[in-house]
Amino acid sequence: MDVKNIARKPASHEPEAPVVRLSDVTVTYGGGEPALDDVSLEIRRGEQIAIVGPNGAGKTTLLKVVAGIQEPSSGKADVYGHEASGHICIGYVPQRSQVDWKFPVTVSDVVMMGRTAKMGLFKFPGKTDRRIVREMLEKVGMTNLANRQIGELSGGQQQRVFIARALAQEAELLLMDEPLTGLDTPSQEAIFEILDSLRPEQMTVLVSTHDLRVAAERFDRLMLLRHQLLGFGPPEDVLTAENLQRAYGAHMTMVETPIGTMALSDTCCEGEEPHDG
Amino acid sequence: MVNWLLDPLQYEFMLRGLAAAILVGIVCGVLGAYVVLRGMAFLGDALAHAILPGIAVGYLVGGGAQGPLFWGGLIAGVGAAIGIGAISRSGQIREDTAIGIIFSGMFALGVALISTARNFTVDLTHFLFGNVLGVSPADLRLTAVLAALIVLLVAAFYKELLVTAFDPVLATILRLPTQFYRYLLLVMLAVTIVIALQTVGVALTVAMLVTPAAAASLLTRRLPTMMALAAFIGAASGVLGLYLSYYVNIASGPAIVLVCTAFFALTFLFAPQRGVLWTRFRREPTSTRSETPTNSLQR
Repeated sequence: MDVKNIARKPASHEPEAPVVRLSDVTVTYGGGEPALDDVSLEIRRGEQIAIVGPNGAGKTTLLKVVAGIQEPSSGKADVYGHEASGHICIGYVPQRSQVDWKFPVTVSDVVMMGRTAKMGLFKFPGKTDRRIVREMLEKVGMTNLANRQIGELSGGQQQRVFIARALAQEAELLLMDEPLTGLDTPSQEAIFEILDSLRPEQMTVLVSTHDLRVAAERFDRLMLLRHQLLGFGPPEDVLTAENLQRAYGAHMTMVETPIGTMALSDTCCEGEEPHDG
Repeated sequence: MVNWLLDPLQYEFMLRGLAAAILVGIVCGVLGAYVVLRGMAFLGDALAHAILPGIAVGYLVGGGAQGPLFWGGLIAGVGAAIGIGAISRSGQIREDTAIGIIFSGMFALGVALISTARNFTVDLTHFLFGNVLGVSPADLRLTAVLAALIVLLVAAFYKELLVTAFDPVLATILRLPTQFYRYLLLVMLAVTIVIALQTVGVALTVAMLVTPAAAASLLTRRLPTMMALAAFIGAASGVLGLYLSYYVNIASGPAIVLVCTAFFALTFLFAPQRGVLWTRFRREPTSTRSETPTNSLQR
């Protein structure tokens, strides 16, 4: 029982350190093949990065390691120069299938949850907390739906509520697991507008997606993952025919067209388990 | 009509029974909200059965006083919770299987211990189905103190318990001690079960935890309201159940639970928005949503 953790101080930030540094991170569940195999990388402050790769490539595992909720089997995960698991500055937007949408909480209740750690034990939301919740709802354009139960929202609105929650948490690193899956183009667009609005304040963003086109168009750098880190850099360097073949293998077909090489993948619908209801 | 209401109140045991039933209804409703939302109904039922050996030892030692019963039950309940956790965390056996093994084993031990007492059948019936009219003034005081303590704890740790129930991943990321809150909830559950024992008994306690909270969940979309409604339904079931038991001459524990079940049936049928009749006869919803609803909304 981790009772002694009740009053644990969050880790401090080394100003010179990269926001994320993974050093030789390997994660093995049970005794099988590693989900992540010797991954090393650095992410700088304010970068917006897409993680791409086939189903089961270890994208969610990587996000969990960075969030400090999955201990690496070997290697080290640092955030701002200190172990990832000590920080409360990491915002996490879960896959939609991971959330109980029938839970009796409203939109503003969910956003207020982001304030839990800042408030501290035995404290109830004060003026500042309520003001921050209002501002973050404003920022993601959800003010008029603040009193809705979360299950009554559309998929895009639900994602925006969880972004607002991470912002209310005063997160400096935002992790999103497949936020675009199942969303129509306008809803995706709304999320990208929010991510763009976070650029001036240097929010570091890490998003997993299976949509290579969106990843290449909308993000500063791409991380191509299949247990190992196959490539990490600007889209044109990462999405090479050779890399894609290594990542997707038989699931990826290269088609020569008049406008260039086209990569066709059939890895759609990852994480799209049907909800009850 | 007034006589009909006042008549049972001339007996002191009836007054104490009513007070105990109301207290139990309130505590079970408040904590039951978490049992329902976290899907702990089976665990709750198992814990209720698993406290029996502790109760039995307390009974054999203390001769029926509430104090030894309470501590015996609490120790057995917490022991069962820890045992279930240890077996399922070994990774060899699923949690529901572990719950089944522990609770049936401990229940059997409890029955075996009670069978060594002289008036075996009467005592066992009281433990299994409650004996709310046998509540002594001292029992009532202990019940009131423990009920207040639990409501206080739920309020004090409200936001932490809410986060751990709704989004365990967020709780971990906010570096909350999630194991501590899990055990806090289990200990509160064990205490509540021991309190509820005297009104509805081991076999029916899960009804007081689950049924009012489930009915309340159909009536509201806010957790605090759900807790308040569940507490109200639980307390009202206690009072109505006792009157039912007085006039129809049936056992009090089952009477209380039957009223609870009736409350649930009514809400399940007639609840606004979510009741069966409402959804059956509702026209196409006039949607004001700006975006396409996802699958999760197609109820």
